[in-house]
Amino acid sequence: MVEAQEDFVQKRETIIIKGNEAAAYAAKSARVQVISAYPITPQTTVVEKLSEFVDNGEMPGTQYIKVESEHSVFASVIGASKAGTRTFTATSGQGIFYAHEMIHWAAGARLPIVVAIASRGPAPPWNIWADFTDVLSQRDTGWMSAFCATHQEIYDEILMSYKVCEDHDILLPKFVAYGGFILSHTSKPVIIEDQDLVDSFLPSLPSEEGWPHIWMDPKRPMMFGNLIMPSSFYLEFRLKIQNAFIRVKEKIKKVTKEFEKIFGRNYGNGLVQEYKMNNVDVGVIIYGDLALQMEQAVDELRDQGYKVGMVKLRHFRPFPTEDIIEVAKKVKLLGVIDRATAFGSQTGGPVSCEVKTALHETQETAKVLPIINGLGGREVTLEQQKNQLKALIKFNETGEIPKDTIHGTLWDGLLEVE
Amino acid sequence: MSESKKWKKINKSVKERPKVQEYKNWKELSPIPISLPIDGNIGTTGDWRTFRPIIKEGCNKCGICWMYCPEGVIKRKEDGTFEIDLRYCKGCGICAKECPTNNIEMVRESDIKDG
Repeated sequence: MVEAQEDFVQKRETIIIKGNEAAAYAAKSARVQVISAYPITPQTTVVEKLSEFVDNGEMPGTQYIKVESEHSVFASVIGASKAGTRTFTATSGQGIFYAHEMIHWAAGARLPIVVAIASRGPAPPWNIWADFTDVLSQRDTGWMSAFCATHQEIYDEILMSYKVCEDHDILLPKFVAYGGFILSHTSKPVIIEDQDLVDSFLPSLPSEEGWPHIWMDPKRPMMFGNLIMPSSFYLEFRLKIQNAFIRVKEKIKKVTKEFEKIFGRNYGNGLVQEYKMNNVDVGVIIYGDLALQMEQAVDELRDQGYKVGMVKLRHFRPFPTEDIIEVAKKVKLLGVIDRATAFGSQTGGPVSCEVKTALHETQETAKVLPIINGLGGREVTLEQQKNQLKALIKFNETGEIPKDTIHGTLWDGLLEVE
Repeated sequence: MSESKKWKKINKSVKERPKVQEYKNWKELSPIPISLPIDGNIGTTGDWRTFRPIIKEGCNKCGICWMYCPEGVIKRKEDGTFEIDLRYCKGCGICAKECPTNNIEMVRESDIKDG
């Protein structure tokens, strides 16, 4: 064990780092107490960077646990969190699927664990590149999930997440997802905030008493993970998780506002971030790294006189139903762009399904065109995104269904080999 | 969506916590199901026993049974002999198996005529 340097204090600085390192820096800034690590591409460099921090004595008091699988990664952070510590880990794709059982355990135990996900496509065919199917397939586990579009957002979102998750009225775990390689392995300037400022923003680390609902203390014995008979309160505990998800929307909005006040960076209302959504005919809902490039596509088409705008979806769980209904009132046609799949669902795209569900009972709402693109890290160029917007405009004006619309969903960028 | 904060009292010292957890409806529940152990919370486990360990004459007071008992129900008396607390002994038989002088006998409960 390396002696911790008690005098190490992070000062505000702008450094050029990879997305994964931004996640590691966020964990350091949040003073996480327990990190569990198992490598998986493209997440590996998150825990590698953290091991460096711990080894250099830059994270005094942090326990770094090396385990043998993702299942154990989650099992160990669950144990550490139950004991009343702030915990962190990171994983990807197949790792999430392997840990799926423990993911349910964490949510059922209402543990405020934050996990970074460098998203990658599920196998087979074997794939390690950006695709959000991994995190979106955890839809019903009781974990919150957020998407990041920039390197800075990874750092910021992880900090905000601890504040949201650890609220005693919330107590839910959260995934913070970003596209594998596209964000995880590219370098950009990221502002690492002053430690004192981060400390003042975040709730204080849990006291020795632990969380209010779960703790480990031989002097105050308690038993958890109990069996509940069908005639007892199982239904009711599930209702309480759903209620926490209703409450958390306001909490996210509040924390996002507070974050902007302290650190000066705006993320919309926290759940969604609108971009040029005034005076629009056609809008798109998009999430993850493609949202950043889409801003540029919107800018260029706006310059050409097209009335287009976009909404960056920041949270998938809780799903911002109310905000989506409001957005849909502003436009005639809404394109919903997924970089993920939900096989057998109405549209084939997880987010477009949610949007359609949200708008189902709304009068005078926009028509929805589901779009799926960029699966398995397939490059989506600026030109392609501009063409998507143009196809939406044409569809809105003339009713011409875009090419490659298959069973009502536009599969954009299908290969044509000559 | 206000929910009762009644459950927040549970994270207290053993003396301060409620003796019995009674929840009338979901609003009063803590976020997760937990049990706070109380003496005899699930009854005296002696009821579970099928075979009763009986220490016979000739015990050499070595204390092996006392060390091995997984429930801690074997007590050493002042004269050095041992006594089994039958209110909690589940009758696992480990003491009888470990006894180096074979002085503990497991007797079927139904064969014992209790006073």
